[in-house]
Amino acid sequence: MARTIAVELANVTKRFGDVTAVDNTSFQLYDGEFFSLLGPSGCGKTTILRMLAGFEYPTSGSITIHGREMGHTPPYKRPVNTVFQSYALFPHMTVEQNVAFGLEMKNVPKAEIKTRVSEALELVRLGGYGNRKPRQLSGGQQQRVALARALVNQPEVLLLDEPLAALDEKLRKEMQLELKGLQERLGITFLFVTHDQEEALTMSDRIGVMNRGQILQIGNPIEIYERPTSRFVADFIGETNFVSGTVCALHGNIAAITTAAGQTLRGLAQQAVQVGQPVTISIRPEKVFLTPISNGTLPSPPAKHTNAMPVQVERINYIGSDTRIIVRLHDGSTFDVWESNTRSTLDRDEYWQPGEAALLSWPEENALVLTE
Amino acid sequence: MAITQPTFTPEAATPRRNWQLPLLLGPAAFWLFWFFLVPLVVILIYSFLTRSATGGVDWIFTLDNYARLLSDPIYVTILWRSVWIGGVATLICLLIAYPLALFIILQPAQWRSFYIFLVLIPFWTNMLVRTYAWMTILNNNGLINSFVTGLGGPRLTLINTEGAVLLGLVYGQLPFMVLPLYAAMDRFDFRMMEAASDLGANMWRAFLRVMLPMTVPGIAAGSVLVFILSAGNYIIPALLGGNKVTMIGNQLELWFRTAQNQPLGSAAAVLLMMMMVGGVMIYFRTTTEDDR
Repeated sequence: MARTIAVELANVTKRFGDVTAVDNTSFQLYDGEFFSLLGPSGCGKTTILRMLAGFEYPTSGSITIHGREMGHTPPYKRPVNTVFQSYALFPHMTVEQNVAFGLEMKNVPKAEIKTRVSEALELVRLGGYGNRKPRQLSGGQQQRVALARALVNQPEVLLLDEPLAALDEKLRKEMQLELKGLQERLGITFLFVTHDQEEALTMSDRIGVMNRGQILQIGNPIEIYERPTSRFVADFIGETNFVSGTVCALHGNIAAITTAAGQTLRGLAQQAVQVGQPVTISIRPEKVFLTPISNGTLPSPPAKHTNAMPVQVERINYIGSDTRIIVRLHDGSTFDVWESNTRSTLDRDEYWQPGEAALLSWPEENALVLTE
Repeated sequence: MAITQPTFTPEAATPRRNWQLPLLLGPAAFWLFWFFLVPLVVILIYSFLTRSATGGVDWIFTLDNYARLLSDPIYVTILWRSVWIGGVATLICLLIAYPLALFIILQPAQWRSFYIFLVLIPFWTNMLVRTYAWMTILNNNGLINSFVTGLGGPRLTLINTEGAVLLGLVYGQLPFMVLPLYAAMDRFDFRMMEAASDLGANMWRAFLRVMLPMTVPGIAAGSVLVFILSAGNYIIPALLGGNKVTMIGNQLELWFRTAQNQPLGSAAAVLLMMMMVGGVMIYFRTTTEDDR
């Protein structure tokens, strides 16, 4: 399916004095997709959003929206609307007046404004709140007014700048689903900026992971989590264990690595690697298994678990859905292991004990060989 | 059962709070009662009494003082002049101070206090001295006229005009307009302007629809302050207006000191105060809605 490009950034750089906020970045947004820019604070994601909105202009490079070069077009002439982190609702206007503001600025006839405003308020389930002032609404409701105020203008792209950051955990989860549902129904292109990886994974069609002004990887949530291409992405999305070593052998896309402790581990190499190349192996804590060692005899690891090593259980953190176990390897380094609590028992002896010996193992495709 | 834990109850807290009222409010209450409220009541009572032959008051109740003030063309003119000069001075202050306050608030934080400091510098010198300075500038043989006539121009009548009084009032009260406006703009979240711009408003429309209405409390506070200080001003019309631009403050002085007509002066003072209270009420009307 050929997809239309809604937004295109080509070699965009933005400098503030000596600081390079966005560094020679290029990417495309397709029509109707939910695209998230994910990264730590200061990575340049908000600067990209602000350049799309027109609050900042690129130092170099080009931004086009549906093929139209934006250049130095001011915000009020761009076919985009923004939902701000602070909501930025006008406190002296009612909810209705807030939502009508954009249409009034475009000189839409009064009667049409009235229908479109009430439709927009129905859309965000705020029908009947039109006459309230923003301060009379809860945080979640204010958030929805901000959404209605932007959506009512039928923007070609909706820009969302960490819109859920100010909400409490439970409300945020609700709003995530509501926002995603709304986007799917309306088919509007969303550019969503967030530092919350779970939020990005939950809602996005595609995610661009950013660090230091650059987009490191673009992919759908599964690709980003299961196949990170760099140490930064593997570390920033979810949690992971890193082991450094040198490639000692190659079998197709499986690489064997010798660690500093002299152990040989196997993992999936996504990029071409050469024997002798220093690499890092990333293994997610929920993708490894612990088998108890009783009477000092090493058990055989589960089938296909080509990586196995004896470890000692160091600490156990019970967090409800999971038990998070920190084990110590022979070389003294620690390793995180998460076990799903699929059984239901109050008997502490049923769980791992500190000091217990165990066999840590995983199938080779569960480990990723990263070159950067 | 042994109770060892002290429990906190409102009753336990009450004795602690008892000292707050007399200690914190006492000095101000004492001052305001004896030196503001009592004289005010005296003035209010005097305004309904009759002037005695010796310049004191006779305890004969009358509404004549008010009737005279509102019917005698001389007094009506003075009252009206006070209102409109005060009003025009307020308007000019607003038109100068709003852009100035906006300029200051848009500067980097470390520069703002410097600009505010500049605005306040005139306060360091006595008001009377500063007004005399204006006299030497505006006089018939003053700075401006020496310069103009030196170039062969005509001698200008600058002093003792309404223009001179307005100039002096605007000069003197400008900081009282700048400060409340600055405070209001400091509370204003400039991201609102980005939001308005994002929704299709150009700078001018964003200002009119968002910033201006949101800074109305500052406009109202500054205007009330400047209007009260201007309409009831004594020194500036006395020095820069001579006896050509008599305002209510000058007339009050005349009644109380020269003419020894305390009841009439009291009635004028009460009228003036009612005008001010009216202004303050308008202020509260405009601000409470959004500050609540």
